[in-house]
Amino acid sequence: MSRTMTRAQLSESIYQEVGLSRNESAELLEMVLEEISAALVRGEAVKISSFGSFSVRQKGERIGRNPKTGEEVPIRPRKVLVFRASQLLKARIRGEKISADADRDLDIPDAQPPSGYSSSVIDKIREEIGE
Amino acid sequence: MTKSELIACIAERNPHLFQRDVERIVSTIFDEISAALSRGDRVELRGFGAFSVKHRDSRVGRNPRTGEAVSVAEKVVPYFKTGKQLRDLLNGPEPAPAPAEPAADPTPPAS
Repeated sequence: MSRTMTRAQLSESIYQEVGLSRNESAELLEMVLEEISAALVRGEAVKISSFGSFSVRQKGERIGRNPKTGEEVPIRPRKVLVFRASQLLKARIRGEKISADADRDLDIPDAQPPSGYSSSVIDKIREEIGE
Repeated sequence: MTKSELIACIAERNPHLFQRDVERIVSTIFDEISAALSRGDRVELRGFGAFSVKHRDSRVGRNPRTGEAVSVAEKVVPYFKTGKQLRDLLNGPEPAPAPAEPAADPTPPAS
């Protein structure tokens, strides 16, 4: 069964890793989240190597529809936050081991073979899609 | 902002800490989130957002160049949902929510 990790467990890990007080560990976690948020609000992308990148995308106004009533409702232009996991994190989630230097993917568009794959895997994919 | 800029920024706000410790703190945070996701767990940071793992079933895709059908294996992908507070920070305060459609009372307003 999958569990949920929250601030409590994260700051406990910081506490055990660095030996600050529990209070200060919690404050530092908060500070990190704050700084990431502040950068995003300034419109900056935040790139964490071997983890992923957060960026802000501007969405234009469009006409949506209330699915219940069928009524047309304008959806205001807005900013959305997009998280793209790094190849390293994706591989880790798939349960694969990939060397850290495979993580040069943050700026590579999707169409390129992800750098995290070994050449044999890429060959296999090429074969599969008949290239 | 990169990870090293984030570390520098936190170090500057905490002159009593060694840079090395700040590095360990920041790395620990992302390592722990990654570890939780790779166990299939969710990570929920109220106000900021929640990381989770989504399962995508196998499907029949198409090679867009040749139009040929290709089977795409099932996979697990990381997913992030932005928290409400951060979403509001990005967009300024939400405009007063339009009075909800009176779902319980479908009678149209008399007039």
